[in-house]
Amino acid sequence: MITFQLDGQSCSTRTDINLLQACLEAGANLPYFCWHPELGSVGACRQCAVKQFSGPEDKTGRIVMACMTPATEGALISIDDAEAKEFREGVIEWMMVNHPHDCPVCPEGGECHLQDMTVMAGHNTRRYRFTKRTHRNQDLGPFIKHEMNRCIACYRCVRFYRDYAGGDDLAVLGAHDNVYFGRAEDGTLENAFSGNLVELCPTGVFTDKPFSETYTRKWDLRGAPSVCVHCAVGCNTFVNAREEKVRRLLNRYNDEVNRYVLCDRGRFGHGFVNAASRLNTPLCLSDEQPTPVPTQAAMAQFARMAASGPIAGIASSRASLETCFSLRSLVDPDLFSTGQTQQEQTCTELAYALLRDHPGAIPTLHEMESADAVLILGEDASATAPRLALAVRQSGRQNAFLAADAAKVPRWMDAAVRTIGSETLSSLFVVSPAPTDLDGIARDAIRAVPDNAARLGFAIWHELDPTAPTVPDLKETEAEQANRIATVLAAAKKPLVVSGMQYGSIALMQAAAGIARALTRNTSEAGLSLVLPDCNSMGLAMMGGAPLETIIARAKAGAIGTLIIIENDLTRRLDPPEIVDLLEAVPNIVLIDHTATPLWQNANLVLPAATFSEDTGTLISQEGRAQRFFPAVFPPAPIQASWRWVQDLARALPSKQGTPASPASTNLSEWKNLDEVIADLGKELPVFAKIINAAPDASYRLNGQKLRSQTYRASGRTVIRSYISVRDQPPPTNSDTPFSSSMEGAYRTDMPAALVPHLHAPAWNSVQALNRFQQEIGGPLRGGEAGIRLFSSATAEGKDSVQPSSAPDIPPPFIPQPDTVLLLPEARLFGGEELSMFSPPLAARAPPPDLRLPTSAALQPRMTLHLKGYGPKTLPVRHLAGLPDGVALCPPHMVAAAFRFPQIVRLTPDPAEGEGEGEGEGEET
Amino acid sequence: MLTADGTLPADIKAEILALAQEELHPQGASVAALQVVQSRFRWISTQHVKEVAQLLDMSPDALDGVATYFNLLFRKPVGKHVILLCDSVSCWVMGRDRLCAHLCKKLGIQPGETTADGAITLLPTVCLGHCDHAPALLADENLHGNLNTDTLDHLVDSLREKP
Amino acid sequence: MSATPTPLTAMITPSAPPPDCATYERAGGWQATRKALKTLAPADVIDIVTRSKLRGRGGAGFGTGQKWSFVPKELASERRKYLIANADEMEPGTFKDRWLLEGNPLQLVEGMILAAYAIQAGHGIIFLRGEYHLPRKRLTQAISEAREKGWLGDNILGSGFSFDIHLHSSGGRYICGEETALLTALEGRRATPRSKPPFPQFSGLWGASSVVNNVETLSNLPHIIANGPEWFISLGTGPDSGTKLYGVSGRVRKPGAWELPIGTPLRQIIEDYAGGMLPGYKLRALLPGGASTAFLDEAALDVAMDYGSVEKAGSRLGTGMAIVLDDRTCPVGMILNLEHFFAQESCGWCTPCRDGLPWVERLLSAIEEGSGETEDIEQLARHARMLGTPGRTFCAHAPGAMAPLASGLKLFADDFSAHISHHGCPLRHAA
Ligand SMILES: Cc1cc2nc3c(=O)[nH]c(=O)nc-3n(C[C@H](O)[C@H](O)[C@H](O)COP(=O)(O)O)c2cc1C
Ligand code: SF4
Ligand code: FES
Repeated sequence: MITFQLDGQSCSTRTDINLLQACLEAGANLPYFCWHPELGSVGACRQCAVKQFSGPEDKTGRIVMACMTPATEGALISIDDAEAKEFREGVIEWMMVNHPHDCPVCPEGGECHLQDMTVMAGHNTRRYRFTKRTHRNQDLGPFIKHEMNRCIACYRCVRFYRDYAGGDDLAVLGAHDNVYFGRAEDGTLENAFSGNLVELCPTGVFTDKPFSETYTRKWDLRGAPSVCVHCAVGCNTFVNAREEKVRRLLNRYNDEVNRYVLCDRGRFGHGFVNAASRLNTPLCLSDEQPTPVPTQAAMAQFARMAASGPIAGIASSRASLETCFSLRSLVDPDLFSTGQTQQEQTCTELAYALLRDHPGAIPTLHEMESADAVLILGEDASATAPRLALAVRQSGRQNAFLAADAAKVPRWMDAAVRTIGSETLSSLFVVSPAPTDLDGIARDAIRAVPDNAARLGFAIWHELDPTAPTVPDLKETEAEQANRIATVLAAAKKPLVVSGMQYGSIALMQAAAGIARALTRNTSEAGLSLVLPDCNSMGLAMMGGAPLETIIARAKAGAIGTLIIIENDLTRRLDPPEIVDLLEAVPNIVLIDHTATPLWQNANLVLPAATFSEDTGTLISQEGRAQRFFPAVFPPAPIQASWRWVQDLARALPSKQGTPASPASTNLSEWKNLDEVIADLGKELPVFAKIINAAPDASYRLNGQKLRSQTYRASGRTVIRSYISVRDQPPPTNSDTPFSSSMEGAYRTDMPAALVPHLHAPAWNSVQALNRFQQEIGGPLRGGEAGIRLFSSATAEGKDSVQPSSAPDIPPPFIPQPDTVLLLPEARLFGGEELSMFSPPLAARAPPPDLRLPTSAALQPRMTLHLKGYGPKTLPVRHLAGLPDGVALCPPHMVAAAFRFPQIVRLTPDPAEGEGEGEGEGEET
Repeated sequence: MLTADGTLPADIKAEILALAQEELHPQGASVAALQVVQSRFRWISTQHVKEVAQLLDMSPDALDGVATYFNLLFRKPVGKHVILLCDSVSCWVMGRDRLCAHLCKKLGIQPGETTADGAITLLPTVCLGHCDHAPALLADENLHGNLNTDTLDHLVDSLREKP
Repeated sequence: MSATPTPLTAMITPSAPPPDCATYERAGGWQATRKALKTLAPADVIDIVTRSKLRGRGGAGFGTGQKWSFVPKELASERRKYLIANADEMEPGTFKDRWLLEGNPLQLVEGMILAAYAIQAGHGIIFLRGEYHLPRKRLTQAISEAREKGWLGDNILGSGFSFDIHLHSSGGRYICGEETALLTALEGRRATPRSKPPFPQFSGLWGASSVVNNVETLSNLPHIIANGPEWFISLGTGPDSGTKLYGVSGRVRKPGAWELPIGTPLRQIIEDYAGGMLPGYKLRALLPGGASTAFLDEAALDVAMDYGSVEKAGSRLGTGMAIVLDDRTCPVGMILNLEHFFAQESCGWCTPCRDGLPWVERLLSAIEEGSGETEDIEQLARHARMLGTPGRTFCAHAPGAMAPLASGLKLFADDFSAHISHHGCPLRHAA
């Protein structure tokens, strides 16, 4: 701790921060632009000028940039100094020289950092009387709108995009007062984090394109804290809604998880909520046609179905824990399925077991950023867990930070650290069959098919721990690689091993866990991270249940009368013959979902569910973090949360005899709100006992009030509906949350972190108001933790055994075959999970499927795959440099309606094409 | 025929790769590489930016950031000859404005433009380091000083005759 | 006058090709290299240069030996280091380095070898402005000849020291002359300046230890090493040592550049060497050392052109190349011309410079063209005040730009108000 004087007030602050941070943390209002907590300082905008005095006798002082000046013990600083004030006002005035005066119609208006800073700096009269320069804007693709005239040239966009996120298709062009932030030519911004430009740009140059389609005053948006449903990382988001429609998603800071940044799949993936594919009324199959029916009729129909035999339930890794639990409570325990295939379930359960038993750290994303050696073993995390990959990317700077430390340059001096570290190597190793986005910063990127990658992993493990199993038939090059990687990992203070189930390989995850376990001999900080596919994959692994295969077997045995499928597109998991078997064997299918997935027309009863933006529930992220999402939209009846449908079904059952094995502790039919579901869940399955603390319950009150989910300046609910009726309608209510849906209620910067619905503080209307909600910049929120870890290094119990419980199977080396290929799933940023393709801007970014072959393979322009359970599938073919021999790569979800991890398949030339022509076409270099 | 729309000829690519080899990192050759392209085609097209970027292991956007930054790299077509007329202080004191007006009239263009026949582009430039012979200009690679209207006329005529 | 030694330019014959290796050697060249590489340790060379009190001729006047002393001491073979000659010379009114580059490129090459040996840099780079075509040809020739003769390359003179020079021709931007922007430019990026620390000596080009020295600074080294520090000190007439290339442009009889003892009075340079004003013109004021120095008026003509004296007189020695304003040229127009240059050459990184300088330019332009308003003077003064102090902008470009404006507003206050009251330039810049 150090103490400095700010305008005569004594302030205590942390060491190793700059004056700008120190002033903000002291609660002072000091304007800034180019500095960003995650990007550090570069001193470009000159907005954060303060006066520094060398001692009590120094009356003149010196203007310094607060962001470029370390906070030091005894420093004498003035923000109020007249000269400093004049300078800051001047800087804003210079920025406004070319800035348009279009605030009232600007998409940024009302949440514009430039507006806030202009007021804060005190500039209010325009003295520049000459013409402004104008720029041409560019089409940057479906996500981002570009309006360069609003640019104040703070350089944040390119620093984020290039330096932080590793993108290279956005740059600064031009010079002097004609600098331009764009591209050589119009075109889509390809980086997976482009959407963050919307929040990082302090003005309206980069704005959310889908959001901008409908003009919205920012203060009219209702906000709700939410959790991303598009992968298992569990990034925190704000859902913004207006006129009961989701309008956009914003990043919601969680210091341990996503911090300031969200991936584009998460930010723009919410489109399914408003898409035409939404189900909004119960449907009964009549004359083979799904036909709308009133809810009561639907329930009556279900009651009739239930009489036809036992009820089975299929849950989903994209449904909330509460929904899955409600289904589990309704059906016989051995007729409850997690909705995963056997292979998927084996993998998720293994991941859970490995993480739970890992004796070292289960690092948060934030902890991953400071890992000083990382091995990614057989997972393209940049596509399967993009935000995690971004955290790993930051870890690549550790050696640069060490060099900066040695040179006594503070780590927040961003450009200086980059200069000093420009030639340092990262300690990142990537082992994967196909190229990944992280290869560019890796010390070594090794291409290997999953089995060989696993073998390399086992070899590394053995290098680190001679008592670990030996890998038979290891090639010399592999042994060298293993030795090299093991040496770097062993030397690290905070090593990290990342793997996952993209390739459905148990061996990969076992090897990864083995390495991490061996590393805990050196340091208890040795971390393990395993990537899972869906937002609640971990929750289901912890809950348990039968795999889909069991349900099919039971169905074929005639043991299922009614099958309830919740929020699960089975066609993505099962082969067509299996689907046919299931449909034929089960007399009644009930589908509960918000989106019309392919089976909806085959279901005897369809019930419209609420989405993540319309109800409340809990998801468990892959690192075992239970997090709750809250509604921003109040959907019209009969749409309701899936668990409420299950409850309705339970109530509709003719007698209790339909649910013979319903656990005594659950009281499915009696639950009044989500908190009662959670209480029962904790009692029934003690692993979930702590989820009650993921967020305050519905009875929570702040200052005796509910929490408001609109800003206090919302334009008024009567106006918004006046074209329908001028009557004042009561605001919608929801018994599951402590929120009022309106502008009435309490709101404070230290409100519980899990319940912050939007960011706003006096003088801070933009997302940068966040600094007022943090205990310290970049640190935890003042309202405590959002969500709760169910397992982590901190809760390690009996995790000291260095050997795993059972000896893993080391696969034999992969040998390429002449007539077949090993077909591997290509992870794609967009469309890899169930929901993103229903979102129009993401669908626009999904290229059609193709097949990638190693450069050694003879190439026809189109070739045919012969997949089990499908007819032949002909696809365009391209070479992919680096792909190992004997392998083919394609996006699984686009090639077959279902796909199960690696398969050996026959690959033949397209019969319609001549032999050998087009050799080398579509080459990728 | 010099067309900057086509792809780069092999000899230029080889020259650029050789320049990149000399550097610690290929990107260090970015300006030199663009100068090579410009010396052949007189300007640098977007297509060429893309190709050079690939040779230097850069993104076209980053390279264009460099190409659009420097005064002597032309991202728009220029004439067969380029006159860089100094507009800095010593030349200004010595009457360069009047000479510029004369030159514009003679060429029928404004500074920044190219004559209709594509022969000459006139650009203002910063101090050429020829201040003891102000006013001065650079015609292609040749420095001319102590300019007056007569020497200017003569210079333009001789440039027009050059191929 | 001719009695004073002119070591820097002695071998230069106007309009003749520069000396080749043999001629250069006959005239005393390569002596210093032999002496240093065979008899002196790198630390000795640094010591001699420090004792010579050589100050950087690039404008800032930092002690050369002192600058080198911050370089990590490893041998060239143990650590990647760069010695870079700053031959960007884009300061308006400045043409001294061109004289040395065209006239005696081998002298620069030898200076670089000596500097590189002192700091143990294995890599040399000449950063040459792109418009300097003749210097480029001559440097290319000199480097390849020196390489051929073994003055560059591996194991020079069997000393175990290896060094070679790479010539970089700039894409053209004034800011590239600023030493950190120069490094960024050499990395193939947009030449924006870098923050210090890290100082280039510690972490410069590609993160490696680097020293940037001006052409004239480096060209002095062979003579200092050959003749010793005392000799060099004896060349100066005031507190500074050595000779300096001085020059004058504008309406003088004989515009040009001369090598003179450092500290020669301004009046002597203008009257004796530049031959005084052209007939019909009177000297009104001048910029003593390039566009980024403050105006001095006639009253200051007796100032000695050394670093301290010029500063005391209210300006800077800068490049030592004076630009003269005569009584028939409009001072407002001249300042407009200067500010146009600075606005256009701003790199665009920091706000005050990027957006403040164009505002200054427009105000001046309005005043010159007759649409100036009384408040404009205050606006100009405000900019001079806010941009003029180092530390407020990211680098020294904007403060440099404000030097002629701030001094001009004081010196030519009457001209400014006349422009505003007459709605335009009463002088209309004379032919
Ligand atoms: C805007 C700006 C432009 C500069 N241009 C030059 C230049 O063209 N040539 C030069 O030698 N130094 C120039 N300098 C000074 C250099 O930054 C640096 O101080 C100098 O090259 C160091 O060499 P020296 O120590 O030998 O003087 C410039 C500085 C600034 C701020
Ligand atoms: S003062 Fe700022 S904008 Fe101007 S050249 Fe220096 S860094 Fe660039
Ligand atoms: S925030 Fe400090 S200079 Fe931009």
